[in-house]
Amino acid sequence: MSEHVIAPPPTPEPSPVAGATDGELTGGWTGAVRRGAVRALPPDKLLPDTQPKYVASWIYVFGVLTLAAFLVVLGSGAVLALKGPAWWHGSAVGHYFNSLHLWSVELFMAFMVIHLWGKFFMAAWRGRRALTWITGAVSFLGSVGTAFTGYLVQQNFDSQWISTQAKDGLNSVGIGAYFNVTDFGQMLMWHIVLLPAVVGLIVVLHILMVRRRGVVPPIALRSAPAEPAERETATEEEAAR
Amino acid sequence: MLSKVSAAGAAPVDLNGPGHYVHWGVIQVSVANLVVVGIMVAVFILALVLPFPKGRGRK
Repeated sequence: MSEHVIAPPPTPEPSPVAGATDGELTGGWTGAVRRGAVRALPPDKLLPDTQPKYVASWIYVFGVLTLAAFLVVLGSGAVLALKGPAWWHGSAVGHYFNSLHLWSVELFMAFMVIHLWGKFFMAAWRGRRALTWITGAVSFLGSVGTAFTGYLVQQNFDSQWISTQAKDGLNSVGIGAYFNVTDFGQMLMWHIVLLPAVVGLIVVLHILMVRRRGVVPPIALRSAPAEPAERETATEEEAAR
Repeated sequence: MLSKVSAAGAAPVDLNGPGHYVHWGVIQVSVANLVVVGIMVAVFILALVLPFPKGRGRK
């Protein structure tokens, strides 16, 4: 027979602001941001050590596979940026990293699309997960743009063909003067600075939203007893109504 | 000797030539892209039907 010990309530820590009590909003904007961040993502939600039972399916693996491929893309791209085109075009190790960058992108896009199919068919925007869905869709579109600018800076006949075909399309919608696909320097900067920064930021937001709202359950489970994470989200949903 | 080396390093599909395309009305897709899409659909279906291994300590 186990013995239950009731712990005494924790003693409130003294407030850093003189005269302020625990319930008061103190600390200016940094304090407000901290309280908001901890309220939205308490440590056990941010770094959970368990997941609901329904996550034990291969279709739930493709999100993290996409993320793993993305990290290889960023890592191999960073090595290419450090060593330069003479290295990646002219040495065996350079060819290897060039290929590693290409094939990790191929896997990244393939995993991301399978992840998208899975989430689309389980209507993953349910349970106040609209922002999770939107950040995922925007990161997909951003990744398409990043891959496109990557093909433009290959420095071969392929990139010449792609850029001269694309310029007509972009000119026809009036953005060719600002996004000039035949300007190698501009496309390289889009590819290695602007778009990776944007996609990386949106991916981080996407993962934080997954942590905040929890992994979406399969549709059939809506009528079944909810898992703790799902129950909490459902409660929030009811409160919002 | 050289032909043996090049044969060992050769791609399973001869890539020295124009690509093959499939036409279906207004839709045109290269065979290479069609194969990739087919593999992705197959992986998607397998991910839905294959049993997931039970890990240690899974609740």
